[in-house]
Amino acid sequence: MSSKNILRRGLSGVAAAGAIMAAAIVSTPTMAQQPEQYFPVASMRVGPYNAMGTGIFGGVIDYLNYVNIKHGGVNGVKLVYEECETEYNAARSVECYQRLLNRGDQKMLLWDPYGTPLAYAVIGRVAADNVVLAQAGYGRTDAADGRVWPWVFGATANYWSQIAMKLNFIQQKEGGIDKMKGKTIVHLHIDTAYGREPLPAMRQIAKDWGVNLIEIPIAPPGLEQQSQWLQIRQAKADWVTFWGAGAGMSGTAITSAARVGFPRNKIIFVTFGGAEEDMIAGGAQAKDTHVVAMVLPGKQFPLIADIEKVLYSGGAGKGNMQNPARVGTIYYNRGVIAAVNYVEALRNAQRIHNKVGKPVTGAEFRDGYEALDYTSEARRKELGIDGMIPPYKLTCRNHEGAGTFHMMQWDGNKFQIVSKDWLGANDPKFIRQLIEDSAEKYAKENNITLRDCPN
Amino acid sequence: MPDIWFFIEVLVGGLLSGIMYSLVALGFVLIYKASSVFNFAQGAMVFFAVLTFVGVMELGLPFWAALPVAIGVMVLVGMATERFVLRPLVSQSEDTLLMATIGLSFVIEGVAQLAWGVDVRNLDLGIRDEPINWVMDKTGMLISQLDITAGIVASVMVASLALLFSRTKVGRGLRAVADDHTAALSIGIPLKHIWMLVWATAGVVALVAGMLWGARSGVQFALVWVALKALPVLIIGGFTSVPGVIVAGLLVGASEKVVEVYIGPKFGGGVEVWFPYVLAVLFLLVRPEGLFGEKIIRRV
Amino acid sequence: MFYREAGQFRTSYAQDSQIFPLRQDRIGIAIILIAAVLLPFVANAYWLSAILIPWLVLSLVALGQNILMGYAGQLSLGSAGFMAVGAFACYNLILRVEGIPFVVAVALSGVCAALVGIVFGLPSLRIRGLYLAVATLASQFFIVWALDKFPWFKNYDPAGVITAQPIIMFGHNFASPREKYWVVLAIVAVLALLAKNMARGSVGRGWMAVRDMDVAAEAMGLSLLRTKLQAFAISSFYCGVGGALFAFAYLQTVEPSAFTIELSFRILFMVIIGGLGTIMGSFLGAGFILLMPIFLNVFFHGVFGQSVDAGVISAVEQVIFGVMIITFLIYEPLGLARVWQLTKERLRLWPFKH
Repeated sequence: MSSKNILRRGLSGVAAAGAIMAAAIVSTPTMAQQPEQYFPVASMRVGPYNAMGTGIFGGVIDYLNYVNIKHGGVNGVKLVYEECETEYNAARSVECYQRLLNRGDQKMLLWDPYGTPLAYAVIGRVAADNVVLAQAGYGRTDAADGRVWPWVFGATANYWSQIAMKLNFIQQKEGGIDKMKGKTIVHLHIDTAYGREPLPAMRQIAKDWGVNLIEIPIAPPGLEQQSQWLQIRQAKADWVTFWGAGAGMSGTAITSAARVGFPRNKIIFVTFGGAEEDMIAGGAQAKDTHVVAMVLPGKQFPLIADIEKVLYSGGAGKGNMQNPARVGTIYYNRGVIAAVNYVEALRNAQRIHNKVGKPVTGAEFRDGYEALDYTSEARRKELGIDGMIPPYKLTCRNHEGAGTFHMMQWDGNKFQIVSKDWLGANDPKFIRQLIEDSAEKYAKENNITLRDCPN
Repeated sequence: MPDIWFFIEVLVGGLLSGIMYSLVALGFVLIYKASSVFNFAQGAMVFFAVLTFVGVMELGLPFWAALPVAIGVMVLVGMATERFVLRPLVSQSEDTLLMATIGLSFVIEGVAQLAWGVDVRNLDLGIRDEPINWVMDKTGMLISQLDITAGIVASVMVASLALLFSRTKVGRGLRAVADDHTAALSIGIPLKHIWMLVWATAGVVALVAGMLWGARSGVQFALVWVALKALPVLIIGGFTSVPGVIVAGLLVGASEKVVEVYIGPKFGGGVEVWFPYVLAVLFLLVRPEGLFGEKIIRRV
Repeated sequence: MFYREAGQFRTSYAQDSQIFPLRQDRIGIAIILIAAVLLPFVANAYWLSAILIPWLVLSLVALGQNILMGYAGQLSLGSAGFMAVGAFACYNLILRVEGIPFVVAVALSGVCAALVGIVFGLPSLRIRGLYLAVATLASQFFIVWALDKFPWFKNYDPAGVITAQPIIMFGHNFASPREKYWVVLAIVAVLALLAKNMARGSVGRGWMAVRDMDVAAEAMGLSLLRTKLQAFAISSFYCGVGGALFAFAYLQTVEPSAFTIELSFRILFMVIIGGLGTIMGSFLGAGFILLMPIFLNVFFHGVFGQSVDAGVISAVEQVIFGVMIITFLIYEPLGLARVWQLTKERLRLWPFKH
């Protein structure tokens, strides 16, 4: 069966390639007229993060194509992209970054590698290359301070806000901060920089609330977590904040929790390891697991429904997803929103710099990205994403934006939203202060003068 | 719950995890024994085997019909490996053969993703990975049913493989090939068939290991890395010993869990990543060919 | 016709013990070196910083692995661990020692790696072959774990990553890809030459004696302890220097888990596919393992464009890479360096084969 499958895909590939080459030869002379804006797509479609990579970047590519088909581009500027396979490997992603940096006479505007190690690998380069690092909810947390990191944007939230939101949710469930004293929370995390990223904020809050915080690392790939969960059982943990990556680690966490009888509704997954794929890997035991969402899943949002209609329905065959059933899943929707940000930023850049209908440069695009503004309900509705993301806007100083999330629960088949509204830290000012302190410390150590920001 | 029960629980949990390592290691031993190849592609085979199994089930076949199909596919993989990789490389150095299996692992991983896509799947064996109730009521210990099943499956497999090696004609041929394949060839043992058989068996072992691991971790790409867990088991047990793999698996599983739970927290955890290897080195310093490996006699 | 040794006589001991006794080889090496030095004037930033620098750096690491595995016959899988030692040592040296020149820091980080290498090489005195390979994984896992766990190594960075400092020597900041390339090229060239010399001198002969039959080597009076640990130390030195360059000239921002076991495996592949026990092979092997996947990625995305599912393309690339390795080994089990050698033999006779 498998070989037949391969043959089918292989043949269709060859046929399609032939068709495209023929089309390219025929259409080259006429295509040069429409102005183009080029975006890099640094995907991971093979390897341990293939489910995430295909979902996220499928969403990104679909939205770019959708804008071209539906609106004829951005004010007439056609969106084109170039793809590179990173395999979620920092060294390979640096090669991709350098490779995609220039395409013809156009330089790339932004880099969105979708992985904290991958974002770290280029964070020192982007300013010099005039490239926006769009680390939507991942990457270096204190880069949310736009005074120190003008080129890095973490909209809509970052890891410190996320852990604070988790603790806020727990606090609400337990009935108030005063009830948190003496509670035991285990931070079960992958043993990498990404897994430890939320700890500075988490330790502070735990100390203030009198929570007994236990940190337990899992070495990647994390297919064996018996000893970690036995420790959790021994500590009689009240809650577990799970900070993993990859469906294997997520699935194992759920089944191992079941093995030691830890209730799944007391586990809160991180956005990164909290997609349908992670729950499926855990099987039936995954029911009731809590997962934090940065972008809501589902096809009920007009934009997702319309993308499906334009690119997929009736065998349109213009979609990027190999499995069309994944349209509307967590990863897919997050990818779409990432691309909505690209396009909105491009639109802003054209407007601000008086280049409507023309391609923009990296510096102009940066200004456009900084002007992202989703506070108007009318605009959100126009884009068809109302309710999918929190209302927020970026400023010169604040490159995070919202810092709020929804809490979801897996019902065995799909996610149910359990938080009433977008939920953030109990004390957002405190988190913001931590971020700015950390960024200022970094600026001081590296002799960076703070950018002057009016707001 | 008294501490001693918790300790026993950690120990038993470790022993049962160790069995899961042994299952993966078994595939390595089979191939190393017969062809002196360290099969780097074993992890990829585990992934491919279970992915094929779930993929076939997705097409509508029931469990008991999908199993023979998956076994058939693994036998085919074994035969193809013998024909296209091993036979052209016969009598090359171990390093070259190792590198060839690395090439093989790229091929298998790529084909797996081509054939079945990248969707994460769940494998329900009908055995819940949850504590057995009466053990919990009696002692307060939590012992998973899946672990017990894994233990039984592993024991049955090892027993039957040991019988195959020692009692059958094929087994004798296999041991002859393992000793010296040119000599075996010269007395008329069909090398081709023996190798094919061994690789096919290793494929089936990979399928069983993959099913048990897949039931726990989901059927997804990271399964190729279960092989890493098998390496310390291999060197402690000896690359050439089937029973050694079981003993070493138990040893590694139990000791790494006990160390991680009781000593790990003092160092910020994650000790179990390197502990089995250090343990293995300590064992090797006493017995350089592993616990059950064949003694290496070196002459000038 | 062009590659003939006829007429080249060695009339003194000095001539007899030259590194490159053939005039053609000397000219060839000189041309390659000059071309390598002048390359930045034609290559763009992508080629320099994304292809050439990592290629040179990984060649150096592969060279280290080759010393241990190809020359001394000690199968080891810990090279990425030693790279990590080098990278973090270099970071800490520059951080904590005021005004230390980059080259000195790199050399010292190599020494740090060598010391660690000696410790982890000790089991080799008793363990052999595949058993040793798996045992050296202990070093791989332990080193990365230790660097991860003790925040001092990372100067208490909250995220546990280090940002490589600028490369400063002689009061000059080597910041552009071109300058970084020259720094890397100089270090790699010197170390490669050194390796070539060691390999053909008494040190290398000792290694090879141990590789071919250690009992016999010992019977001839060679100290196994010294020879094996020396090989471990020198190999780790090369890996350490490579790791420091990998962090400072290529990645720039590094976390310990960047030096995974996969990287160790990759380096092992480079050595085997390049050719065990050859200097040339380390460079060729590193080129093949590092650049072939990139080439396939560029090629297939170029040919198929965006019409075929990119996941299919990426998977096909993997399959082709694997098939290439297997086919190549069947055609030439001794590696790329052997192909080069055979080409030279043919050149010697060309165009008059018979």
